[in-house]
Amino acid sequence: MSAETDTAQTETARTDTAQTDTAQTETAQTLDAVADPPVDGSELIRFDQVTKRFGDNTVLDRLDFSVDSGKHVTLIGPSGSGKTTILRLLMTLATPDEGTIKVGGAYLTHEERGGKLVRAGEKHVREVRKNIGMVFQQFNLFPNMKVLRNITEAPVTVLGLSKDEAEERARELLELVGLREHVDKYPGQLSGGQQQRVAIARALAMRPRVLLLDEVTSALDPELVVGVLDVLRDIARSTDITMLCVTHEMNFARDISDQVLMFDSGRVIESGPPQKIFSDPEQERTREFLGAVL
Amino acid sequence: MMSSEFFTTWFLPGIWITVQVTVCAAALGAVIAFGTGLARGSRLWIVRFVAGAYFEVFRGMSALVLMFWMFFALPLFGWQLEPLWAGVSALGLTYGAYGSEIVRGSLAAVPAAQKEAGIALDFTRWQRLRLIELPQAWPEMMPPFNNLLIELLKGTALVSVITVADMTFAGNLLRLGTNETTPVYTLLLVLYFVLAFVITRGMRMLERRAKAGIGERPEKRGGVGTKSGGVGTKPGGVGARSGARGESLPAGPRSVGGGR
Repeated sequence: MSAETDTAQTETARTDTAQTDTAQTETAQTLDAVADPPVDGSELIRFDQVTKRFGDNTVLDRLDFSVDSGKHVTLIGPSGSGKTTILRLLMTLATPDEGTIKVGGAYLTHEERGGKLVRAGEKHVREVRKNIGMVFQQFNLFPNMKVLRNITEAPVTVLGLSKDEAEERARELLELVGLREHVDKYPGQLSGGQQQRVAIARALAMRPRVLLLDEVTSALDPELVVGVLDVLRDIARSTDITMLCVTHEMNFARDISDQVLMFDSGRVIESGPPQKIFSDPEQERTREFLGAVL
Repeated sequence: MMSSEFFTTWFLPGIWITVQVTVCAAALGAVIAFGTGLARGSRLWIVRFVAGAYFEVFRGMSALVLMFWMFFALPLFGWQLEPLWAGVSALGLTYGAYGSEIVRGSLAAVPAAQKEAGIALDFTRWQRLRLIELPQAWPEMMPPFNNLLIELLKGTALVSVITVADMTFAGNLLRLGTNETTPVYTLLLVLYFVLAFVITRGMRMLERRAKAGIGERPEKRGGVGTKSGGVGTKPGGVGARSGARGESLPAGPRSVGGGR
């Protein structure tokens, strides 16, 4: 895939988004309709004393933090500081060793039974997990499905949408990410940037309330990064989806975030609005880190 | 030299019997291979244990002795099997055990990241297996299954010792009748080879089709000269894909049907 084509497509993506703005707002509204009570601004995610260890290595150390509905939160910090682990815990790709996580008021990996907190069964986990979508560093599209089916399969199988509904939704989303004409290709026929944009569309097709973005541009060639970030900026601007974002793209973080959390050694050492963190951090460690990456 | 009458009364039906035994034992073996192979990845330890025990026991059994046992010993428990079915069962049970290792290994070789993507989309375990893991593992299974199928074909010669009139049985009769040892056994060798070759061609075709089905060798469309499709898009796409796979692979080797 040549760089030019990708840039060209990014531009199409921008114009397309302008045209589908109405569709966008609808998405945002339906999102609320689909979701459980919490209204915009209320607490959507809560980590309570969460500890995660890998062997002797404590990746998260009695972590407390919460994210309000509709907010865009960026997690920054040196590698190994536990940022990605937070996303993986939320996605239930890992389970906490101690502590609890709540999403939309419900425990993610636990259930209350007779006043006691016990490990939840798969059914409960899936119900809560429905609220969460994730985009991976390595895209992880299904190579055995064409682009369209990558996006429609889960809405049809998991949410029970009709095939037509799901395809219509998929085509809208593909338009949003500027890949309308690629519906009939296999992921292997797309560039990394295109694959990542399909992956974003795939996650959005489930209409999650929370979108987790795990270093989504780290595996891309530099010239393909722009297109992916532009799509995410559009989504951040035009939907009220809550975003949790691990990234090394500090400019992007500054643009879209309401709040930045600085991690070190499994703890949040500083948090605040991006203007504050990026221009006037309080902690020496934050200053050091930003000095190294900016 | 062998008479044409002998050929049509013994040899042709013999070939047919060999084909039948191969197909039936392969069908039984495939059911066992998938059942046991999937069960060995189960969440429930008891299921894993039973499947693992089956695998260990039947992998370690001589197909010939098992065949004798089913033909001569089983009737002592009041269950008389037709010789043909005794042979098919013995072969299916043992080769199915080997096949389960192919199924298990190919499924284990599907990148963990694919499973995680499935979880992120809220698929159930069974949906992930059906929609993501099995379709991706399937093409990887073809070459080892081809090997196993050829082993099975050659293994069917064993049924001749429990009086099933397959082509080896016919060959032995012919040798006894005519004393033309060399031509008879040469003919048999060639016949097994030809059948094995047919199997290989068939499996290659299945493999190609399976790979096209997961977009590894997509069917040609548009051709080289077209604007956006064709050759231009390939290098980036393929590179990105192998990169995506490479990083997310589990630590172990991507070998299929290897050791435990």
